[in-house]
Amino acid sequence: MADAVTQVDTPVRGASSPSPKGRGFDVKRLPGFATVAWMCLLVLYAPMLVLVLFSVNDNRSVTIWTKFSWRWYEEVINNEGIQHATVLSLKVAVVAMVVATAVATMAALATTRTRAYRGLPVVYGIINQPLMVPEIVTAVATLSFFALIKQATGVTGLGYLILAHTVFCIPFAYMPIRARLEDMDLTLEQASADLYATPWRTFRRVTFPLLLPGIFAGAMLAFVISLDDVVISLLVAGPGESTLPIYIIGQLRRGVTPEMNAVSTIFLAVSILLVTFFFVLARARK
Amino acid sequence: MSTSVPETGATAAQSAERRAVRTRWLLVSPAVVIIGCVGILPLSIILLYSLLEPAEYAGVVWTFSPEAWMGLVLERDIFDDTLGLSSAHLTIYTRSILQALFTTVLTLIFGFPTAYFIATRPAKERNIWLFLVTIPFWTNLLIRTFAIMLIVRDEGLVNHALINIGLIEKPLAILYTDVAVAIGLVYAYLPFMVLPLYASMEKLDFRLVEAGYDLYANRRRVLRRVIVPLVKPGVIAGCILVFIPSIGAYVTPRLLGGGKNMMLGNLIANQFGTSRNWPLGSAMALALMGLVMIALVIYVRNVTAAGQKSHG
Amino acid sequence: MSPDGKASQSGSAAVEAQRVTKIFGGGDDQVVALDDVSVQIGENEFFTLLGPSGCGKTTLLRLIAGFEHPTDGRILLGGEDISPLPPFQRPVNTVFQNYALFPHMTVGGNIGFGLEMLNKSKQEVDDAVTEMLRLVRMEELRNRRTSQLSGGQQQRVALARALAPKPRVLLLDEPLSALDLKLRKEMQIELKRLQNETGITFVFVTHDQEEALTMSDRIAVMKEGAILQIGAPRDIYDHPSDRFVAHFIGETNFLEAELLERKNGAAKVKFPSGAVLPASLPDAPISPGKVSVVVRPEHSRIATTKKDAVLSGTLENVVYFGTDTHFHFRLNDGAQFIVRMQNARDSGDDFTPGQELGIAVEADAVQVLRD
Ligand SMILES: Nc1ncnc2c1ncn2[C@@H]1O[C@H](COP(=O)(O)OP(=O)(O)OP(=O)(O)O)[C@@H](O)[C@H]1O
Ligand SMILES: [Mg+2]
Repeated sequence: MADAVTQVDTPVRGASSPSPKGRGFDVKRLPGFATVAWMCLLVLYAPMLVLVLFSVNDNRSVTIWTKFSWRWYEEVINNEGIQHATVLSLKVAVVAMVVATAVATMAALATTRTRAYRGLPVVYGIINQPLMVPEIVTAVATLSFFALIKQATGVTGLGYLILAHTVFCIPFAYMPIRARLEDMDLTLEQASADLYATPWRTFRRVTFPLLLPGIFAGAMLAFVISLDDVVISLLVAGPGESTLPIYIIGQLRRGVTPEMNAVSTIFLAVSILLVTFFFVLARARK
Repeated sequence: MSTSVPETGATAAQSAERRAVRTRWLLVSPAVVIIGCVGILPLSIILLYSLLEPAEYAGVVWTFSPEAWMGLVLERDIFDDTLGLSSAHLTIYTRSILQALFTTVLTLIFGFPTAYFIATRPAKERNIWLFLVTIPFWTNLLIRTFAIMLIVRDEGLVNHALINIGLIEKPLAILYTDVAVAIGLVYAYLPFMVLPLYASMEKLDFRLVEAGYDLYANRRRVLRRVIVPLVKPGVIAGCILVFIPSIGAYVTPRLLGGGKNMMLGNLIANQFGTSRNWPLGSAMALALMGLVMIALVIYVRNVTAAGQKSHG
Repeated sequence: MSPDGKASQSGSAAVEAQRVTKIFGGGDDQVVALDDVSVQIGENEFFTLLGPSGCGKTTLLRLIAGFEHPTDGRILLGGEDISPLPPFQRPVNTVFQNYALFPHMTVGGNIGFGLEMLNKSKQEVDDAVTEMLRLVRMEELRNRRTSQLSGGQQQRVALARALAPKPRVLLLDEPLSALDLKLRKEMQIELKRLQNETGITFVFVTHDQEEALTMSDRIAVMKEGAILQIGAPRDIYDHPSDRFVAHFIGETNFLEAELLERKNGAAKVKFPSGAVLPASLPDAPISPGKVSVVVRPEHSRIATTKKDAVLSGTLENVVYFGTDTHFHFRLNDGAQFIVRMQNARDSGDDFTPGQELGIAVEADAVQVLRD
């Protein structure tokens, strides 16, 4: 007690020796953290930069820089295997994206902004199930299931792969749509009903336009996720159904070539573009 | 309206409620049906498969056998048919668990300061950082692993540089070792640690940190006694998000580990490929899923406990 | 449901709640938000629901708008039962507390939305929007995004939007609570003006008694899901029939007295001091004997003659308020009593705490309470 009193009486240390301007005690700073952060950034981007750099290197070596050239890109564009795989990847991704986004939008409408109802936790559980099971498990389970169906019905085709992609795309599409709906003011829809709009017109004129950025964001994620998938495609795809990642992994088994750098760079660029778009949409929310 | 029996408030309410319930179920049913049939039903099929005998060329024979589940850790001697511990499998399990733990710890060590640093930036700068961390999160794992491959190969950048400066004469064999896999996993899952950590640090109330300093705690103690406990849910979420995919990793060990340094994911895939033992593969997949479920339960427990503590 | 629907036997009631009960939830956690509420609101009336938080004001509005269904009872609009109608078929519009302006539409788009939904022609919608913008004095903001508006402007747009379809009844749920004091005063006047110009029935919710008193034609004071008293502001203020109402609105003095046997009409109460004064009775039947009465502080003064003094006590405290002064008394029977007197130029410092003084009460100032 007495100590506390004397301390109050002594002049405040900071006041007697003022710290240099703008260099006061920063409560948020922790020493060394900034260094680690910059290091992480370097670690995350350096390998990708190397990949991009050597994709425009006019040399078979993927280590020694000679001079700039687009030649590997030309080879990629003229490579039939890559063309094929790209078209297939896009086909699968587009269909999976459309179906998953539509289905996720509907589900999001029915699982937000209501009082908790019986069965709601189960519905959440089901929709998020693909996120909770390791990819390899989903892959072998889906493979077994499809094998059984193929055996029973004799039907084959790209449909299986698309269906498998749709399943794991749904929770990714669902996340931003649901987030958007939960941010949305319920009274807007009530205001619309109050102003003589039928439920359908309320959806079309109020709910849907406000939800659109969320739907785009969800579609974007679904598309990226489908495009990127390796494990499930690898196990589920039938013969001749190589998506781009499957094609790449197959080529890598035979050795690292500059064409792989070029095709990877293109892939990277597409992903970054889509994610940037997603970021912009997510910020449009505010 | 004047001629028909007027509906009372209560029955109007009931029919409105009934309509709402019907619409609701109509809307969720496509998602539930698709995931139920193609996501959940197959899990019960591999449960069934795990109790059957393998067919000679892929698939199963429909006779009951506990062999697959025993085969998780045991193997039959080729000569005298006695059961013994399968050292090959056990090695792979141990490697998978150690690799996953190592990845989790290392990403946490790097990710925590990074997330904290990002969360304490001014808003504009913070968005740029966040964007930069999010990009690798969503870019293709295969391609990012390939990029690592370019760096650690015998003719890769690291060896090239080391030889050039005269530190070593022959290239170090990094690719196709456990070290390469570890590097690849940490690289792959670092953003998975940073983002959830960031999410909880963003909500951190810095008045509490100020209170800590005010009560004579130094930086280290504020970190240990105030910041870490407050962002614990984020730490747990990050660890789960890294641990689950890394224990079942397939692409990274396949590209960077080669055949000798397989992990559980590769072992399972092999049972459905070259090894042609679907029941064993199914049993292993289910065991892995069990492990993940345990991790998730621990997560949920911890998070709810943390939530209760902060409210209580 | 035509907006000009025929008059019914219930006379001129624009909206009527008949024995409405609303129960939320079920089982253990059920909440009785409205308990057997009946009220008639007339055409062109500015009707206010006043009461503390959670008393069921919003619930009653939402029942009229159709966002909730009554558990029991009926809601009539112009004499017709609208219980089965969904919100979008009721000629009733709401001004939401947070305004609920559509962020993806312009000011004009918001205001025209209702008419558009009623399938009016584009011309009609445009004209109505123009008219409404003029009414709320915002002509130049027609093409603005609603997010670029100030609080007061948003408020006006919300009003214009709800008025544009010319509803039979306009429901306003604490529409001014988000505004600062100065803007609130302005909007109070604005609202009154709009109601006069449009002639639409306003049902207005507030928990601000001053707002209720200044704006309303009639006020319903609510408590715990029930309406305690309905009346004109003066009525409610001067003749509260209930302890809660008296307490909720304005400052007041509660006293014990004895209601005397009624002789030819006028009721009289007798105070412990022996003084007998005429008193107003509440609507409810009440029997002679011990009763509680209220006297507003401004209806009493410090007695100058012994004859005037109905009560007497010790002056404990004098609080000066500029326009008037409050004198806090401790009565001889221990109760508190406040006298409020206007400050004239020559009054004021004659009284000092500790003095024993008499208190006079104006004729007709004594109100007997129910129960
Ligand atoms: N949807 C609902 N579910 C359950 N209870 C509700 C619901 N809506 C209102 N209530 C309850 O009904 C009672 C009356 O609520 P209401 O919103 O009508 O009060 P209010 O008078 O508008 O209060 P305030 O002045 O705070 O807005 C409260 O006890 C409230 O908790
Ligand atoms: Mg309310």
